Amino acid sequence: MISLPHFPEHLQKLGPHTGKPLDRVDGLAKVTGKALYAAEHHRPGLLYGVVVSSSVARARIRSFDTADALAEAGVVQVFTHQNRPKLASRSKKWRDQDTPKGSPFRPLEDDRVLFSGQPLALVVATSFEAARHAAALVRIEFDEIEQPETRLLERLGQGKAPGRAKGGFTPPPGPHGHPQQALKSAFARVNADYLVSAEHHNPMEPHAATVFYEEDGSLTVYSKTQGPVGEQAFLSAVLGLKKDRVRVLAPFVGGAFGSGLRPQYHLVLAAMAALELKRSVRVVLSRQQMFTFGHRPYTWQHVALGAERDGKLVSLVHEAVAETSKFESYVENVVTWSARLYPCPNYSLNHRVVPLDVYTPLDMRAPGAVTGLFAIESAMDELAHELGMDPLQLRLVNYGEKDGLTGHPYSSKELRACYQQAAGRFGWEQRWSEPRGRREGSKLVGWGMATGVWDAMQVPASARARLHLDGRLEVASATTDIGTGTYTVMTQIAADVMGLSLESVEFKLGDTSLPEAPLQGGSFTVASVGSAIKAACDGLRDQLFKLAQKMPNSPFYARSQAEVEFRDGRLGLPGHPEAALSYAQILRQQGVSVLEEEVKVLPNLLKQRGYSLATHSAVFAEVQVDEELGTIEVTRMVTAVAAGRILNPKTSRNQLLGGMVWGISSALHEKSELDLELGRFINHNLAEYHIPVQADIRHLEVVFVEEQDEIVNPLGIKGLGEIGVIGVAAAIANAVFHATGRRVRHLPIRLDDLL
Amino acid sequence: MDDASSSFEITINGTKRHFNVEPWVTLLDLLRERAGLTGTKKGCDHGQCGACTVLVDGQRVNSCLMLAVMQDGKEVTTIEGLAAGNELHPLQRGFIQHDAFQCGYCTPGQICSALGLIREGKADSVDSIREFMSGNLCRCGAYSNIVAAIEQARGQL
Repeated sequence: MISLPHFPEHLQKLGPHTGKPLDRVDGLAKVTGKALYAAEHHRPGLLYGVVVSSSVARARIRSFDTADALAEAGVVQVFTHQNRPKLASRSKKWRDQDTPKGSPFRPLEDDRVLFSGQPLALVVATSFEAARHAAALVRIEFDEIEQPETRLLERLGQGKAPGRAKGGFTPPPGPHGHPQQALKSAFARVNADYLVSAEHHNPMEPHAATVFYEEDGSLTVYSKTQGPVGEQAFLSAVLGLKKDRVRVLAPFVGGAFGSGLRPQYHLVLAAMAALELKRSVRVVLSRQQMFTFGHRPYTWQHVALGAERDGKLVSLVHEAVAETSKFESYVENVVTWSARLYPCPNYSLNHRVVPLDVYTPLDMRAPGAVTGLFAIESAMDELAHELGMDPLQLRLVNYGEKDGLTGHPYSSKELRACYQQAAGRFGWEQRWSEPRGRREGSKLVGWGMATGVWDAMQVPASARARLHLDGRLEVASATTDIGTGTYTVMTQIAADVMGLSLESVEFKLGDTSLPEAPLQGGSFTVASVGSAIKAACDGLRDQLFKLAQKMPNSPFYARSQAEVEFRDGRLGLPGHPEAALSYAQILRQQGVSVLEEEVKVLPNLLKQRGYSLATHSAVFAEVQVDEELGTIEVTRMVTAVAAGRILNPKTSRNQLLGGMVWGISSALHEKSELDLELGRFINHNLAEYHIPVQADIRHLEVVFVEEQDEIVNPLGIKGLGEIGVIGVAAAIANAVFHATGRRVRHLPIRLDDLL
Repeated sequence: MDDASSSFEITINGTKRHFNVEPWVTLLDLLRERAGLTGTKKGCDHGQCGACTVLVDGQRVNSCLMLAVMQDGKEVTTIEGLAAGNELHPLQRGFIQHDAFQCGYCTPGQICSALGLIREGKADSVDSIREFMSGNLCRCGAYSNIVAAIEQARGQL
């Protein structure tokens, strides 16, 4: 008998819908095939574009031979840098909402090849098959083919500080105290290097853009994006079109995980071709081409920890050197988490980047934190082993009541409860201390744990709410739902604030004709857009109440809004059921056909000032390692998360389970293999780029820890997109050590590491 | 390329349909680009992800690895053909109730694959479901919920 998971009472707070494990409102569309993704919108006469990718990483293009391609039936045009229409020439115009320092890549810009897989031509034809075939007929001759620079580990000393280059990045502060001295005199020490592989996002839906050329010459673009508003601004700048000539829509997005944060080259090529040919054009990247743009950067880290006999940290050194491209200086927060999590009197943090002949890395689910927490949480495990301490006890000894970097208190931090509840569910107290201490048949069993932390952010967002005469509420914001449950939770928030049923609320998103929303990333969508939805609905309540007060013989005259209730689509007075009026009645009697409120909501910086805002988690994992074969199975895992109010435990649990699967993937499966000679990711397909399959996933358990937060945002929520994955790889690596006695300091851990 | 076109008929979701396309058009591209049935998804085009899974004469297949012309006279069932009017298939209901997806892009393939799995008699245990659903990748990681949805639907078929 399968039953739905049980969700505790304390999660049910805001109203009858929020806090409940409700089904997704877009579920029906997704299980019937009616949800239309970027490459699935159609119009008669649509043309198909296929990208021709560079086979070399560093060269100059001598010539193109496109004659054979153009001679194929159905081929309309082959665009190269030699015949492309004019695009913006100033680098500034190519910036987007997630641009690091540098000069963004421009497809078909000139004869230079900057990375392997670079788009060098776009073949446009009347069918996908014709375009694909003709793309194989385009011949490109190169000059000055050079050996690409690809070796990060040989260039660690050449790393440079990235500066305050990118939104969301905080450069690590200078050293504090005397970390080296403290390390020398410490009772116990750990000194180790860690490596995290490059990874590609690989959402199941390949990146695609369907660009409809309208009769008036404007563009309607269906795009796979995490930010329609940003793509509209980007396209208008790059193509030299007024903003109102470009409308970007993304009603359904087949996963993204960061890959849709920046507009990718296929979008520019599709829009450029549509404008030039005055026809509608679709460009879809192949799975192989999904390995030709942003990725999680290959990163080397060094961690040194020094502790007293009781485990108290006296020195913390965390350095990272990560790859970037030659044209942009990508950066993410890798090292600061350590010092924030574990207050220490002496610390030194450093982050440097090394430019290589690859495409610019790109934020990928929990950017920086996945990487940094693997190193620090592995090192803490090593330290616990050195000290002969329980790894959980070491975390508790160093528990940060305040943010170790800023010294600020947290707006809320229930990490201690996370540790306790996850450890309890897992049975951690039964842990045996010695590695290789338990066997089941031919398998060694090991337990490991780790901590997770992520920022709880809110950014400016707008929303609109419209109440119609028939009692329907329409709420809207140009955000996206990349699988996160945005459609559902926004509907829940609006329904609860307005006192309506879910069925009478419709939430619209993914369309630049709607009020502006930020990029969907960083786990800040519900905090940002949800707060805007709440504010818009609050505004509607004000309007509705004032209207009701103006009615003849109004029961609400001389009442304050605090005395009335908005419930079941009616405005009422508690204890006076006869006085209740339906919203529709109020509108009709006052001759109003639609009531509208549009608001922009900013984070309340005044309220937040002086606080550190963060989400926390505790992860406990069990692995079984076959001693003869080296195979590693994660047999069970428990994650407890403190993320403020949980609006929908069903979608939230799912997102955390997904994060745990991602953590298992980082720990044991995925790695983008860069051929160092060719500068090319060679395992660029889903058979050789391993991600977990159904059989790799066993028992996963999510615990929501109660956490109340009045400061973080009006909804008291913190976001869940990233936290589920953070710390998981370290917990698994620590469990592998506990099982085998073998400390593996790189990801992924594969069977050959254990033989 | 028109010269190379072949004429054939496929019964899709119970309706006989006539096509005239080149022999190199895959069943997947035929469904998506020529039959207006975009519920079947393209994730890799190489038979590596399972997003394009449909049923051909009741068997689950990766439609990206099948040429359309070879399905002449066969019966193809896609995600669009599972519900009976407004009555969802038990698998579709199970996927919604157990939240067995996030982005939804692998979902049609998962559901068609699960239907094939149940018909093969391989949905009788959690281990068997896990093993024989391993050809359908879910990058969002909804695997646990997919198993729960299949277990629930199995008893309702």
